Amino acid sequence: MIGRAALFVTCLADTLYPSVGIATVTVLERLGVSVSFPREQTCCGQMHFNSGYVDEARQLGQRFVDVFAGEPVVVTPSASCAAHVRHQYAELLGDDARGVPESVVELSQFVSGLGAVAIGARFRGTVTYHPTCHSLRVLRVGDSPLRLLREVEGLGLVELPDADECCGFGGTFAVKNAAVSSAMLADKLDAIESTGADVVCACDSSCLMHIGGGLRRRGSRVRAVHLAEILAGAS
Amino acid sequence: MVRACAPFIWRKFLPVPPSRAAARDAAPVVFPQAARAGLANAQLRANLNAATTTIREKRAQVVAEVGDWEELRDAAAAIKDSALHRLDTVLLELEATVTKARGIVHWARDAAEANRIVVDLVRATGADEVVKVKSLATDEIRLNEALEAGGIRPIETDLAELIVQLAGERASHLLVPAIHKNRTEIRDLLRVALDRPDLTDEPTELTAAARLHLRAAFLRARVAISGANFAVAETGTICVVESEGNGRMCTTLPETLITVMGIEKVVPEWRDLGVFLQLLPRSATGERMNPYTSLWAGVRAGDGPSAFHLVLLDNGRTRALADDVGRPALRCIRCSACVNVCPVYRRVGGHAYHTVYAGPIGAILQPQLSGESGQAGSLPFASSLCGACADVCPVKIDIPRILVRERARAVAAERQGLEGATLRRLGRILSDRRRYERAQRLTRVLQRPALRDGHLRWFPGPLGGWGESRDLPGVPAQTFREWWEARERGA
Ligand code: SF4
Repeated sequence: MIGRAALFVTCLADTLYPSVGIATVTVLERLGVSVSFPREQTCCGQMHFNSGYVDEARQLGQRFVDVFAGEPVVVTPSASCAAHVRHQYAELLGDDARGVPESVVELSQFVSGLGAVAIGARFRGTVTYHPTCHSLRVLRVGDSPLRLLREVEGLGLVELPDADECCGFGGTFAVKNAAVSSAMLADKLDAIESTGADVVCACDSSCLMHIGGGLRRRGSRVRAVHLAEILAGAS
Repeated sequence: MVRACAPFIWRKFLPVPPSRAAARDAAPVVFPQAARAGLANAQLRANLNAATTTIREKRAQVVAEVGDWEELRDAAAAIKDSALHRLDTVLLELEATVTKARGIVHWARDAAEANRIVVDLVRATGADEVVKVKSLATDEIRLNEALEAGGIRPIETDLAELIVQLAGERASHLLVPAIHKNRTEIRDLLRVALDRPDLTDEPTELTAAARLHLRAAFLRARVAISGANFAVAETGTICVVESEGNGRMCTTLPETLITVMGIEKVVPEWRDLGVFLQLLPRSATGERMNPYTSLWAGVRAGDGPSAFHLVLLDNGRTRALADDVGRPALRCIRCSACVNVCPVYRRVGGHAYHTVYAGPIGAILQPQLSGESGQAGSLPFASSLCGACADVCPVKIDIPRILVRERARAVAAERQGLEGATLRRLGRILSDRRRYERAQRLTRVLQRPALRDGHLRWFPGPLGGWGESRDLPGVPAQTFREWWEARERGA
């Protein structure tokens, strides 16, 4: 059993989706993990790196490493940030990465890694799960999130058609190529709505911001909810 | 009848109107704008979606049948890498084996040199038309335009390539150049181009009409031009993989055969083909085996062409070779699996890329081959980095990684206007915790007039695109860190 973990909440959840951070703390504490929140943390630099701003990405990466060095486990509710730290830092920072990349674990993988645990979550309603691209193809979380969702009492899980299709977010892609991004989003939203689910769930606040923002603009009744929030039983 | 109508066709449809083609290339079109045109074309999107969905599903099925698919991919990547690492010696070996088989090898530094070589070779035969096997390398160097300028009429013999040629268009897919057209559009085109007003949109009827037309060209042809899927250094063998058999006609009937091949197509040994001929058809068309695989080495008396020329094309490849991040792009076997799964390509089509190689592979190859980013640097950004391409690539090219590196190059070369200023500013804010927290508080105040029900619908400057289809929540009354601090204080 892992006794303590540092939380990397991500700049996005911190600033726009605090409920995701709070839910992550709730889930971890319910599992008996003592959570710390190093206040100096800001951003892992993923957006800068993926957009081509290497200097900024390196600086933010270095900061991240300084903040989290020495932490045996860093849990984050973002698959794409975890993927960035784990897969890009070694190349971006070299020896300066100081073992930090390996300590960063995405929430669903962390919880699954604890073994068959009763999460004690309850949720009323039907949920469809969107596997975000980086959780699926970079971090390769596999079906950990689905297995966790299946354990949630009262939750009806419905399959999302063409689930592994990108929602069209892609960081700055969403604004630089807004028309293509919007077309991809429209197809994703159609697929989500076709399931009749009340909620679409994922492991990344960024994709959920995109999907949720699109659902809201459409006036859809479907809500975009982070996996952590469902596991926390907050809904 | 076909012969009789041929002059009419050539007068009316060939050469590809150079003015139109040139005009398209003259104005620098950036991808986001070009993409809007593709998106707005509902017919194009429907055609593309239907075609790519079919190929994708077939591919997934036949790939799943192969137990050692991952090992095959590893082997293919390793073979290509080993050839690329010693390309100098492997190419010399190829030159020696081809020469020994009585073929003639030519070296071309760039497109202009390759075109000059080919035009001169055709002229020397006295022929004024050539039949062509579908070839991306010759598209890349715009050989058809060079031939026409030299008074030589190129006839594309791949059905889809012929359709594109007759329409005076450019290919929009590596493998299925006319993927943007559906049956009805093709019928309308052939009715006029082949002077066959009787044609219906039955595929068998359309192909039969094209076959009649092409057979005449094959029988006339004295010179053929092909590309190459692979060339084996050990044996001097050229390999062309195709579906229709028209390529086979070109490589066997005419007296002179000229093959133009990018230097990265060479593989060291004969047995290497065993790996690639399993990977290519399954990745490309979702077939276990392609219908026609033509293999030849040099010339043989009384069998096939009596003269064979191999033009080895660099055209930026050695530059790509010198780049250790981008080098894996030279492994590409042009199967187009990455194109078929690309969510961006599938919505906008190949023409939006304005490159010979459309889709994800084009977005990395074009900047590499030309030494500059395509379309004023916009191509590397034409991706959501979803990674679907890398997952299907049979030679394991990490396309997203190379795209990100190309982005970094674009950013280093140019400050990217307001977007660059915004991201650099954001970088400064995020690199200092106090500044970051101040920015959170400041945004909470500044957003107030724009908030509707806690959300924003409109966004300034480079963020404007977000508002096209998405809302965004404002900064809430309490950020996570404020919640955490309040809790700590309370505890
Ligand atoms: S990059 Fe890979 S998937 Fe794409 S065309 Fe080349 S070999 Fe095929």
